Amino acid sequence: MEKVGRIVRVAGPLVVAEKMGGSRMFDVVQVSEMHLMGEIIEFKGDLASIQVYEETGGIGVGEPVYPEGEPLTVELGPGLLGSIYDGIQRPLDAIYENIGDYITRGVSAAALDREKKWDFMPLVKEGGRVEAGDIIGMVQETELIKHYIMTPHGISGIIKKIGQGQFTVEDIIAVVDTAKGEAGISMIQKWPVRKARPYRQKYNPDTPLFTGQRVIDMFFPLARGGTACVPGPFGSGKTVIQHQLAKWVDAEVIIYIGCGERGNEMTDVLMEFPELVDPKSGVPLMRRTVLIANTSNMPVAAREASVYTGITMAEYFRDMGYSVALMADSTSRWAEAMREISGRLEEMPGEEGYPAYLGARLASFYERAGVVKCLSSADERTGALSVIGAVSPPGGDLSDPVVQATLRVVKVFWSLEANLAYSRHFPAISWLNSYSLYNDVIRESITANVSEDYFDLQAEAMRLLEKESELEEIVRLVGIDALSGPDRVVMLTSRMLREDFLHQNAFHDIDTYSSIEKQHKMIDTIIYFYNRALDHLRMGANIRDIEEMGVRDRIARMKYVPKEEINKIDDIKKDIDSQFAAMIGEKS
Amino acid sequence: MLKEYRSIISISGPLLLVEGVEGAKYEELVEIRLDDGSIRNGRVLEVDRDHALVQVFEGTSGIDLENTRVRFMGRGAHMYLSPDILGKVFTGLGKPKTENDRIIAEKSLDINGSPINPYARDYPNEFIQTGISTIDGLNTLVRGQKLPVFSGSGLPHNRIAAQIARQSAVLGKKEEFAVVFVAIGITFEESQYFINDFKKTGAINRSVLVLNLADDPAIERIATPRVGLTCAEYLAFEKDMHVLVILTDMTNYCEALKEVSAARKEIPGRRGYPGYLYTDLATIYERAGRIKGRKGSITQIPILTMPEDDKTHPIPDLTGYITEGQIILSRSLHKKRISPPVDVLPSLSRLKDKGIGEGKTREDHADTFNQLYAAYARGKEVQELAVILGEAALTDIDKIYYKFAEDFENQYISQGEYENRTIEETLDLGWRLLSVFPRAELKRVRDEFLDKYLARFKKDEDNQEGPGA
Repeated sequence: MEKVGRIVRVAGPLVVAEKMGGSRMFDVVQVSEMHLMGEIIEFKGDLASIQVYEETGGIGVGEPVYPEGEPLTVELGPGLLGSIYDGIQRPLDAIYENIGDYITRGVSAAALDREKKWDFMPLVKEGGRVEAGDIIGMVQETELIKHYIMTPHGISGIIKKIGQGQFTVEDIIAVVDTAKGEAGISMIQKWPVRKARPYRQKYNPDTPLFTGQRVIDMFFPLARGGTACVPGPFGSGKTVIQHQLAKWVDAEVIIYIGCGERGNEMTDVLMEFPELVDPKSGVPLMRRTVLIANTSNMPVAAREASVYTGITMAEYFRDMGYSVALMADSTSRWAEAMREISGRLEEMPGEEGYPAYLGARLASFYERAGVVKCLSSADERTGALSVIGAVSPPGGDLSDPVVQATLRVVKVFWSLEANLAYSRHFPAISWLNSYSLYNDVIRESITANVSEDYFDLQAEAMRLLEKESELEEIVRLVGIDALSGPDRVVMLTSRMLREDFLHQNAFHDIDTYSSIEKQHKMIDTIIYFYNRALDHLRMGANIRDIEEMGVRDRIARMKYVPKEEINKIDDIKKDIDSQFAAMIGEKS
Repeated sequence: MLKEYRSIISISGPLLLVEGVEGAKYEELVEIRLDDGSIRNGRVLEVDRDHALVQVFEGTSGIDLENTRVRFMGRGAHMYLSPDILGKVFTGLGKPKTENDRIIAEKSLDINGSPINPYARDYPNEFIQTGISTIDGLNTLVRGQKLPVFSGSGLPHNRIAAQIARQSAVLGKKEEFAVVFVAIGITFEESQYFINDFKKTGAINRSVLVLNLADDPAIERIATPRVGLTCAEYLAFEKDMHVLVILTDMTNYCEALKEVSAARKEIPGRRGYPGYLYTDLATIYERAGRIKGRKGSITQIPILTMPEDDKTHPIPDLTGYITEGQIILSRSLHKKRISPPVDVLPSLSRLKDKGIGEGKTREDHADTFNQLYAAYARGKEVQELAVILGEAALTDIDKIYYKFAEDFENQYISQGEYENRTIEETLDLGWRLLSVFPRAELKRVRDEFLDKYLARFKKDEDNQEGPGA
């Protein structure tokens, strides 16, 4: 007979049950006859504290708790892409079809469609030897992604039989002769979410991960396999940035976690992604995306689990050798979920009521990112997992414990500022406070593949913008006329950099994505203008004339040049030359 | 038969601890019968073996340990509903306020509701014309949105909310609408202002009023918005109505939550508010929206007064993180007698992009509003500069920005309480104000729109005066 526990206490999402000896920490249980899913997070004697992933209203003392004897797992296999799940991998579309508009309690549905048949192509021969992680076959899951079926962990041996053709995810596609006897392999695997999936070796990131966003790619670049965070007060555009990255980032698979955020935002993604096409392949973006939506009004414990569910899926695709990007919006809501559960457990709080292990949990989450040599005995494939977390500090205050704990682990910091957002400068990433620690590691790759002068241009532009912020103080005190000619050229060029380069309209058809080539041409043109202006100032040109040059209008409209015509940007330099020449001509 | 318990062992603040209880459920509704026969309501906050912790909505004064009897009702708090709720008044707990407000219920719903499946949501993209330029033009409201008004004490937030309720219309459509007005701890006068306004316009027959006034029990406020939203969900998703929900004042709701949390001796988060304030507020605000295949919608306008006008205070801060934008009122504009004093720069509607443009408002809407924002932001900077340096020190172009910011406040932001501007009027007004700039300054506007509209208004300027001038 199966062991059954008994509830002795219910306080919000926390339930305490007795007679729970025999279960382990983080085992999944089913609470009451409604079969609400929960997870054991504390033991005291045979009393287990359980965080319940669903609302606990109506649950009382004496009701049963059924241990499942295994930790919280996700199902991995064909059918993940294009799906939308809640924090514990229940498919929201299937729940909608079966239950209706609201998420009621105790519903369960298979994460992967059990009926659908996939066309399985074997990639190993019968009689061959396989180890855990070895690819045995492939399913063309979407136009974009070949879903490789890997030998599950714990299985190694000789392939005795392998099928080809139409299978459901549960059908046995291969039989392996192992030391312990025969083992059947289906296309579905389970993996405990709180445990990182293994790999052979981790490498340092060394290639850039372009996003089509100018301020990011040119100033604060992300590396493939790297980590970044986007903190900012509400209304500063965190979610728009996360959406932009999910749309345009140069990764093969996207995992988007809506963690404790707005329901309508997830709807936005759901409606928009199937219509947007990938700039490279022309296939709808949804075909490479998995969405995890645990909105703010959904149960708080499932929100805590949602980031783990997401990152486990991301690791699974990484293990196939893909470059995966994961966006978590927002990690603050995840931390708040931890805080709420910790409070109910009556743990001694750390800063701002957050649990003392906040920093450790955040660090181990971000540490699951990286470039790895995938687990395999047969090939040398590498995969990458890049993680971008939004942080929502109260009042935009960066001393918030979640921001501080995050900054200790991530390498890229895109600081969003309310003042920029108020003047509708989007993306509102501050060019003075943000940083990227990847500049050095990706230097070789960028100078080889993008351009030799990328870092020179970046440094020059940054220097101008920093100089501008100093000069602004002076202007504020004594007026622009008090500045010297060269300083006024700095002010002018910096304004161009801000308005014509850094400012990028996510809702404009063309401006929403800039290729790195286009970005390079744009910034190159602006810096060219700056140098020519300085030259001509020395030759006696009037600063007021420079400020009113007609070519400025062409520079301002560079961002709207469609990608087929980006060579036209080069022509602007000729315009700059001829207009300066005319200016000097008039003088003499 | 429900058992009655006379085993209260402690009373502290709004909480009772009852022992020897069998089978009490979390969130269960509780009836408390006092010695004098009066009945109060409560709900179970926690059950621990045979102890139940009960929160009393109407407060604990007069409750004693010996004679007070407690009954567990075996179900959560419900609201009884029928289409007749329109035109009726309810207490903060959803009980009829007077005999006239009784209805014959068609069904009852748990006031806590259930979360809408994100997959079932339909994206809000239908433009609502409120007739207020700062909202229609710059912070466009759409059906199914939750757009709070962040105000301060003494600012005219009620006037804006009433004006929105009065003037809201979807272009070219005549559909069933209803207003759910939820008063949370506001004064009699404030609530009467709304009721009189609804009466004057006849909207009262299409309204449900849920009133918890300042002298009503404070803990009841935890239930009040949920009662209102249950009515709204019923009207919107079962009776196909477009429902506008006004919740005022959410600050009082949060205070009540804080009181309960303090009584439970929970570890507080920021400024004494409970750590779960965000989650709790989300369960209210997220009940706005549209659902696929249903005709109706719920649009929420929560109003909250920011303590000391501080936007980083936990209540406005967490609200801003959940809602889809915010309308912020400015004390300095109010002092300048600009009404409605909408502080344009920090205000925001996140859903505007899907609700504006060709076929919804007008093709040039997105570009012009970006340009107006940028120009006004620069104008404000220039004004600050002028304070230090004097106007004479400004460059020529900055002088135009200076003047623009003034005109913008006086003509665009400022408008009469009963002035109902169409979206065309609002957009044209924007162009008229922008037409003072040289074309090269209007970088946020696409060339095609500059060609089409700018010329028109540059010409206009010579012939006629702008409105309000």
